[in-house]
Amino acid sequence: MGKINNQQVIQSLTSKFGDRITVPTEPFGLLTFGTSADNILDVLRFLKEDGELKFNYLTDITAIHFPELELSIGVIYHIHSLTNNIRVRVKVFIDGNDPRIPTATSLWEGANWMERETYDFFGVNFEGHPNLVRILNVDEMTVFPMRREYPLEDPNRVDKKDYFFGR
Amino acid sequence: MINHPVLSDNDPQKETITLNLGPTHPATHGVFQNILEMDGERIVSGVSTIGYIHRAFEKIAEHRPFYQITPLTDRMNYCSSPINNMGWHMTVEKLLNIKTPKRVDYLRVIVMELARISDHLICNGILGVDTGAFSGFLYLMEEREHIYEIYEEICGARLTTNIGRIGGFERDFNDIAFAKIKKFLVKFPPILKEFETLFNRNRIFIERTSGVAAVDPEVALNYSWSGPILRATGVDYDVRVNEPYSSYEDFDFDIPVGTTGDVYDRYIVRNEEMWQSLRIIQQALDKIEKEPKGVFHADVPEFYLPPKEEVYNNMEALIYHFKIVMGEIDTPKTEVYHAVEGGNGELGFYLVNDGGRSPYRLHFRRPSFINYQMYAPMSAGMLLSDAIINMSSLNVIAGELDA
Amino acid sequence: MSEVKIVEAPPGIEGSGFFATSMDKVVGLARSHSLWPLPFATSCCGIEFMATMGSHYDFARFGSERPSFSPRQADLLMVMGTIAKKMGPVLKQVYLQMAEPRWVIAVGACASSGGIFDTYSVMQGIDEIIPVDVYVPGCPPRPEAIIDGFNKIQELVKNESLRRRESPEYKELLSRYGIQ
Repeated sequence: MGKINNQQVIQSLTSKFGDRITVPTEPFGLLTFGTSADNILDVLRFLKEDGELKFNYLTDITAIHFPELELSIGVIYHIHSLTNNIRVRVKVFIDGNDPRIPTATSLWEGANWMERETYDFFGVNFEGHPNLVRILNVDEMTVFPMRREYPLEDPNRVDKKDYFFGR
Repeated sequence: MINHPVLSDNDPQKETITLNLGPTHPATHGVFQNILEMDGERIVSGVSTIGYIHRAFEKIAEHRPFYQITPLTDRMNYCSSPINNMGWHMTVEKLLNIKTPKRVDYLRVIVMELARISDHLICNGILGVDTGAFSGFLYLMEEREHIYEIYEEICGARLTTNIGRIGGFERDFNDIAFAKIKKFLVKFPPILKEFETLFNRNRIFIERTSGVAAVDPEVALNYSWSGPILRATGVDYDVRVNEPYSSYEDFDFDIPVGTTGDVYDRYIVRNEEMWQSLRIIQQALDKIEKEPKGVFHADVPEFYLPPKEEVYNNMEALIYHFKIVMGEIDTPKTEVYHAVEGGNGELGFYLVNDGGRSPYRLHFRRPSFINYQMYAPMSAGMLLSDAIINMSSLNVIAGELDA
Repeated sequence: MSEVKIVEAPPGIEGSGFFATSMDKVVGLARSHSLWPLPFATSCCGIEFMATMGSHYDFARFGSERPSFSPRQADLLMVMGTIAKKMGPVLKQVYLQMAEPRWVIAVGACASSGGIFDTYSVMQGIDEIIPVDVYVPGCPPRPEAIIDGFNKIQELVKNESLRRRESPEYKELLSRYGIQ
């Protein structure tokens, strides 16, 4: 059903961006490549506005935390071309101590809450976002709970003594 | 109206009032808070606050083995939990390169389409309640009970079903289950027909819903809408067709689309989808007849728990049981995105695996969350009562919204 | 026509033209069969409550024909579903807005103990912030279980002393939750 395939997407991306994007891989047929925070907006805009590719649908924005890496936070975009029925995944790895990346809200209104959620969980600062505040957690929260170092359970609990659990 | 200036609370010229709608307001059917600036009956602007039942699914999922994540997916969109369960199982199967037998696919299709019906029943029933017709809700809840009875026959649970396992089902559908499904296919259409007779051409209902919250397809796509509400705007995007999973390509069904994207169109699209789901279930039943009997899971002993009696009596089964439970089986270090058509839209699972027994990172693309963000902007200029029925026709499920 | 059932009169002294019993029992009887519940439904259990309210299980049989969505007119707070920490203050405020006598039923594992969500964001049982009378287990409980929990509340209401809400024990219970 798809009118273009991954190879054509790779071709037009490399001819446009050259070495500003990393070598694409295709885990389970989903074209995946990385780029840098400086280039991400250009890449997304190109994907969205190119007359042939038409990646007009932002499926998802999320992040991932690899504490052991130098650039420890990865922001991951899933973009879908509804007309061509093909998806791409774009990854941007940024510094975990000062995670900053330009916002995609200028391209898709729908990026607004996805970026707020990512900020809430990982502390990624989407620069230029109209209203980057916490969305799911309470406003008073000081940590970014989805980072690996934070525990799942509430550390302030008093009713859960270790000896009840044989620890 | 949209250009009405919003003055600060202290401004003596402020003529709007601030109305706090929610988070426990009965008309919101869940825990959504909207702080609305009202000019009389008309909304000037709104701010949505969500997160009132944030339960940290993604964080819990990082601590659970693959097969224990279904209880979490259950509680995301609890109106159609089997779709979430199956979606998760299919994600893991994609990761592990498990090929399920056709019969399993068809059984899954039956359960998923039943779940879609029950999801749409809730939504359209509640839409009726909000427009002032309680009786439709009572008719439809009765039918939901019948779907629950089918679930009970298959897996023992009603709402949060935890249905299925990685590779297939925990047990085969018994004869009673098939009989109940067949009975449902006979009993349900007249009820749905009656419901449509009550609403479709009902003057009051049309006046209340037609033209309310109409959305252009460009705007809907810009806000990443998916599911019935996107199709009501006229975009024929359905994951079941675009990226068929679970052998949906074998089925013959239509994708209903609307034209204006208003509340009435969404209602019609949902109703029509129920008819299509019935068609799919009928086809699946016919197809199952032709498949070998008794096949209800893929032959993947590394990932599918053996039956308990074999664990006690069979060395091989015991080893596999041990390996699965202790997580000693290597899984590929890669990432996978799998999407299914949930009750509310594209339900995506983005799984990053580091080779262990539990996901390194699991992100749910939750349609309710993404659909709901347009609610406050689109409410501007609307009457308050229209905003209420707009919310019920978006069918935002709090559990899915807040993760 | 179905036979109309009438509850048994409380034990008392009966004679020709009069019936004497204690005030407690009469009030308890009346209250227990006209409890107005406030469904504080947040998540999955709320859907099961909808099934309970619906035509199949017909919750109204037990005298709760009118789910009261305003806390001011409600007697029974039915907390159904996960209460996150963000929701906690809202729940407490709803409880405070209810008039005495008020009862609370925690429906489902989440409301009772946090359920499977032992996380940073979920309150581990609503009894951390408000006193609870009856807990209904299940994730989610079946409608039958919700009805059973409701019947337990009815028993409590029926047998409650009129002066219980004035008693020092009750005041101490409330003060433990910081409620005056």
